[in-house]
Amino acid sequence: MTDTPLLQVTNVTKTFGGIIALNNVSFDVNKGEILGIIGPNGSGKTTVVNCITGFVKVSSGRVLFRGETITGKPPHKIADMGVLRTFQIMRPYFSLPAYKNLVIPLCSPRARRTGGWRGGGKLGDRNTVSIDILEEIGFERDSYVPYKTTNTLPTGYLKRLELARCLALKPELIICDEVFSGLSMSEIASMVPLIERLQMDGITLIMIEHRLRELFQVANRVMVLNFGEKLVEGSAREVMADERVREAYFGSEVVEEVMKHA
Amino acid sequence: MKIGTQQRRQERIDRGIKVRTDGLYALMSWRELAYLIAPRLLLIGGLLLLPLVVPGMYWLRVISIVCIYALLALSFDFLAHYVGLVSLGGAFFVGVGGYLTALLNTGMGISPLVAIPVAAIFGGVICTILLLPCLPLRGVYFAIVTLMYPLFLARVIEALNILGGTDGIMGIDGVPYVWLEQYGIIAMLLLILFGLRRLVNTDLGLVMRAVKDNDQAVRASGMNITHYKALAVFIASSVGCLAGACLVHTYMWAGISTFALDFSVLPIAATVIGGGGTLVGPVLGCLILVPISELLRDFGTLRIVFYSLILLGFIVFRSDGLMIYGQRKYHQFERWTDI
Ligand SMILES: Nc1ncnc2c1ncn2[C@@H]1O[C@H](COP(=O)(O)OP(=O)(O)O)[C@@H](O)[C@H]1O
Ligand SMILES: [Mg+2]
Repeated sequence: MTDTPLLQVTNVTKTFGGIIALNNVSFDVNKGEILGIIGPNGSGKTTVVNCITGFVKVSSGRVLFRGETITGKPPHKIADMGVLRTFQIMRPYFSLPAYKNLVIPLCSPRARRTGGWRGGGKLGDRNTVSIDILEEIGFERDSYVPYKTTNTLPTGYLKRLELARCLALKPELIICDEVFSGLSMSEIASMVPLIERLQMDGITLIMIEHRLRELFQVANRVMVLNFGEKLVEGSAREVMADERVREAYFGSEVVEEVMKHA
Repeated sequence: MKIGTQQRRQERIDRGIKVRTDGLYALMSWRELAYLIAPRLLLIGGLLLLPLVVPGMYWLRVISIVCIYALLALSFDFLAHYVGLVSLGGAFFVGVGGYLTALLNTGMGISPLVAIPVAAIFGGVICTILLLPCLPLRGVYFAIVTLMYPLFLARVIEALNILGGTDGIMGIDGVPYVWLEQYGIIAMLLLILFGLRRLVNTDLGLVMRAVKDNDQAVRASGMNITHYKALAVFIASSVGCLAGACLVHTYMWAGISTFALDFSVLPIAATVIGGGGTLVGPVLGCLILVPISELLRDFGTLRIVFYSLILLGFIVFRSDGLMIYGQRKYHQFERWTDI
C-alpha cells in the first residue's frame, strides 16, 4: 500500500434544496482494497457516488484521486482518469445485443488508450475485445447470451454487463452501487468470486451493498452512513459491534424485511 | 373472461425468408438476395425514373422540391431518433445554407456546383457553432433555440437591410443543365440516405444512439456527450444547409422566405407520415406530402386544412408511419390464434 490513499474524500457536504444528503463526510480508500459502504435507504450512499464521480456538484468539501483534486471536473473526465461507477438503476441500451453494449464504452478515449481491461495499450477490434471481456465476466462465449438483446437478459447478466462497462475502460477504481441487489442468493454467490478476482487484478473497489453477509466476505473495511453522516468506519467486526449501527441499520433492515413481505 | 366465447389474438411471425436473409445466409440463393435488394432497388429505381415519367417542367421542379424537403426530413429524423435531439431547425439550416451559397455565387462568382457543397459544409459549421451553447442542456432547449434562430435572423436581415434586405439576393445562377440539377439532387439524396443508414450502424453511430438512450451511462464511460452531439448536429445541419443551397439555386433567388417555418414543420410531418427512425420513411413521407401540398396550392390557405386533416388521420390511425407498417408487412405475416 502506498502512502497517499488512492481516493480521499474530505469534508464533503451535499445539500439538495433544504435536504442535507451528505453532512461533512470524510474517508479514504487505499489502493487495492475493497471498502464497503452500508446504510439504510436514503442515507446518502448513491449521493456519495455521484459526488465522487462528478454527477452532482458537492456543496462543500473536496475529493482527491491520487492526490489530485477531482471535484468540479465533469463526469467523463473523472471516468477518463480511471474512476468508474455502476448505476443502481441500470439502463443498458436495450435495443442492442450485450456485446454491442460494450462496444460503446470501448469507443471512449481511455479504452482506446489502454486497450480495454486486458489490453496492452492498443485496442483491437471492438467486437472481439467486447466478447473477451464479457467472457471473463461470466457470459459464456460460445452460447447465444452475448448476442441476445439486453431486454431479454435476466438481471444477473445485466449487473455483470454494468461491471463490464467499467472494465472496458481498464479502471483503477470501481464504485459499485448495489450490484448485488435484485439478485438471487445463487447469483450473488457466483458474483463474489468475480469481485475477488477484480481485487486480485489490482482494481480498487468501493461496494455499496445491503447484503451484509456477502459484503463482509469481500470488504476489507466497512463504513456506515446514516442520515448523510458517517457513523463509524472499521473492520466488519468493529462496525457490527457498534451500538449506534445496530440501532440505525438493523432497525431499518427489519423495516425493510417487513416491507418486502407486505 | 366470458364463458362460451372463443378468445382470439393476432400474432405476428417473421417470414422464413426474413430469418434466412439475416447475416451471411442471404448469399445462398438469388431468391434471398432479391428479397434483400428489392426494396432498395425499388426506391433507387423509382427515384431515378421519376423525372422521366412526370409531365412537363413544372413537375420536374416539384421533384426537386421533394428532394429538398426529403433532405430536411432526413436531417430531422437522424437527430431526433438517433441522437435524441428534437430539432425545429429546418428553416434555420435552409436559410443559412441558402444565403451562404447566394453570397458565394453572386459575390465571388463561384459556380453553383462548387458553391453548393461549400455552403453545405460551412453552413454546417456555422449552425453547429450557433447551437453549441444549448447542446449540454437537456430538455426542450434545443428545440426552442433551433426555432428561434430563423425568426431572429430574418428580423435582423429585415431591420438592418443587409443581404438584400426584404428584396433578397437576386441574380443567382441556376445549375447549368436541367438534367444535372434533377439527377444531381436525386443522387445526393440517395447518397445521404444510404450514408446515414450506414453511419447509424457504425460504432460512432452506436455511441450516438447510446447518447439518446442513456446519456448518463455514456458520460460514466468517459465520453464527452457534447462532442458527439456537436458532431451529429454538424452532420444534420450540413444536410439541411445542402437542402437550402439547392433550393436557392433552383429558384435563383435567396430571401427572407428561406427562413420560413414551412421548412421546419413539413419535414416533421413527413417523418410522422413516413415513420420516424427509419430514415427511408421520411423520404417517402416527402414524396407523398410535397406533391399533395403542390396540388392543393390552388386552394390557397385552405390547403393547410387538408394538410392538417391528412396529418391528423395519420397520427390517429397509423401512428407508426408508413415505413414501419410496410416493413412489418414485408418481413412478417400475421395470423389469428386461439388463447
Ligand atoms: N437529485 C436529487 N435531488 C433531490 N434530492 C435528492 C437527489 N438525490 C438524492 N436526494 C436525496 O438525498 C437523500 C439521499 O439519497 P441517496 O443518496 O439516493 O440514498 P441511498 O442511495 O443511500 O438510498 C435522500 O433523502 C434523497 O431524497
Ligand atoms: Mg442508492
